[in-house]
Amino acid sequence: MPVRAQTEDFDVGAEIARLRRGNPKVGAVASFVGVVRDLNDGDSVGRMTLEHYPGMTEKAIEAIVTEARSRWDIIDVTVVHRVGELKPTDQIVLVVVASGHRGAAFAACEFIMDYLKTRAPFWKKEETPQGGRWVEARASDDDAAERWTPGKQDVA
Amino acid sequence: MNGRLKLVFFARVREDLGTNAEEIALPTGVGTVAALRAHLAARGGAWGATLAQGKAIRVAVNQEMAQPTTPVKPGDEVAFFPPVTGG
Repeated sequence: MPVRAQTEDFDVGAEIARLRRGNPKVGAVASFVGVVRDLNDGDSVGRMTLEHYPGMTEKAIEAIVTEARSRWDIIDVTVVHRVGELKPTDQIVLVVVASGHRGAAFAACEFIMDYLKTRAPFWKKEETPQGGRWVEARASDDDAAERWTPGKQDVA
Repeated sequence: MNGRLKLVFFARVREDLGTNAEEIALPTGVGTVAALRAHLAARGGAWGATLAQGKAIRVAVNQEMAQPTTPVKPGDEVAFFPPVTGG
């Protein structure tokens, strides 16, 4: 279960290849790549800084992956999240899920992202023409995570 | 046993308080996250403005998300930070 917070960029193809290398039980690989946008809340964003809580960040993501494993039949997962300074078009986060069949891979990949957005300690600070500003948490992200709560899957 | 409490601060909380970490002796009568937060807010100034009740602050104890009723004891690491915005 490789989980990493790093300043360096990542190679999606290499990460997928590493995750499923030599494992004939893998029938499906789903991946998600998050990218830095140039516009947020109506202001242009020149660059941003990603802060995290070393130690807790990795533990929190590992707990999310463990939760995903308890819900779906998953073979392996990779999560890479970048920290430090980023600019628009940069890759920021990668989730790769390998499983026997596509249903589990798609669902677990989305679940991990939804939970990561609301539970993993990362904070974005954007540089705009008006100066630096911390990004505010979004209610829509809470809603996205909430729909995985038992009894609320009907809105998933 | 380390009788001190390690406080760490992140993101907007770190900037508003002007510090990223501090060690304190566990104050008398402080045994929970809520009591510790109230104790720090009572310092006034930026502490009051940042940690006052009603401000959207998250707290972790020993790198696990905590609730107001979560116990704090000597040797713990207690983190204060805003709601998370990664991904």
